[in-house]
Amino acid sequence: MLGDRTGSPGGASDVPLAPLPYQVRSVVRETPDTATVAVVPRGSRRIGPTRPGQFVMLYAFGIGESPIGVSDETDGVLYHTVRDAGRITHALTRLTPGDLLGVRGPYGHGWPMEAARGKDVVIVAGGLGLPPLRPALREILRDRDAYGRLEIVYGARTPKDLVYYAELQEWRRRADLRLQVTVDAAGRDWYGDVGVVTTRLPDARFDPERTVAFVCGPEIMMKFTAQALVGRGVPAESVWVSMERNMKCAIGLCGHCQFGPSFVCRDGPVLSYGELAPRLGVREL
Amino acid sequence: MSEISEEVREAIGRHPFFAGLDPAFVREAAVGAEPRTFGPGTLVAREGTPAETFVLVVAGKIALEVGAPDRPTLTVQTIGPGEVLGWSWLLPPHRWRFDARAVKETHVLALRGDRLRPALAAHPAWGFEFLRRFVPVLAERLENTRVQLVDLHAR
Repeated sequence: MLGDRTGSPGGASDVPLAPLPYQVRSVVRETPDTATVAVVPRGSRRIGPTRPGQFVMLYAFGIGESPIGVSDETDGVLYHTVRDAGRITHALTRLTPGDLLGVRGPYGHGWPMEAARGKDVVIVAGGLGLPPLRPALREILRDRDAYGRLEIVYGARTPKDLVYYAELQEWRRRADLRLQVTVDAAGRDWYGDVGVVTTRLPDARFDPERTVAFVCGPEIMMKFTAQALVGRGVPAESVWVSMERNMKCAIGLCGHCQFGPSFVCRDGPVLSYGELAPRLGVREL
Repeated sequence: MSEISEEVREAIGRHPFFAGLDPAFVREAAVGAEPRTFGPGTLVAREGTPAETFVLVVAGKIALEVGAPDRPTLTVQTIGPGEVLGWSWLLPPHRWRFDARAVKETHVLALRGDRLRPALAAHPAWGFEFLRRFVPVLAERLENTRVQLVDLHAR
């Protein structure tokens, strides 16, 4: 089933291993600890075009590399939304326009856009799971008639953890999609839904047998969401999740991201829940 | 005996929780029931006060709030159209266990707990069917609370 997903399998012969120099064009602070960094090539060399769901390795010079999903690619500008969660991502979120960083990739298999054509699409994002889904969503919106109903369910821990706030408002105004936003807990200044992301799924409108679901977020959120979608009648093979597992080399050599028989960097990061379900039930795998 | 508003009886029968239930039971449930409207920010239920009604949400949104003296009030769940609010009316000591506040203008049907409880006890078939619908609500909320405890967004 690997062949129908977007992107190359990410082998040593497909992409260069050396990072290319890129320069920060802009930084948008999404939340107190999350920023969207836009980068452009520093010279004439650029990485290949990215496909929705693929990731790149961002190199903070002198500190290290981190796998980061591509949240958009427009007119040669790459956008990455990064949360400050460690030494490397701390450095990446502190970049300012003009700073240099290294980029290599793109890597991995992305969302199965072709398989979704003609079908209802359910996109479920948890926290920072929305950025890797945004390119898929934008591709669907660019060719809206090629898809059926579009349901987006986005959950975060609190209202302060929501990213792309302006874009959420824009999506909410559209008549050709349905967006539900929920948070796990909130103060009285929040007028939206409160409850874990799975509580919004019963309200999502789709034809289960003709639905493809893209799910991205923390692993436990994807597990519960995938179970709920299958419970609604979506075939497990039509539920796709994007895994993140300590990717280091990004080309299937080092084994850091091994998840059972798969190397997430090479065989994923997007994998079918039908394939993954047995492994998601294995403790400490 | 309290009067029954045919309009209210029909509205109760249309609510997803009651849809398809024995019309005789729906009629009994409608005795003394009334539609209520809550403006944005107003309390639907206050923790510790008598829980006298079984509330069916028809339109709007209700936030379940948990308060503590040393921290801001926290909304832990919202309930929308087609859903029901709480079970304090069903279980002793029949007092609300949380605050419930309308997030926006909210229309509900308030059914009298003191009418429902004896009716359910006197008619085991009604009681069984009622609980068969109520237990999944409890189970779903318990499961959601468990998922919340797991903290889906833990880093």
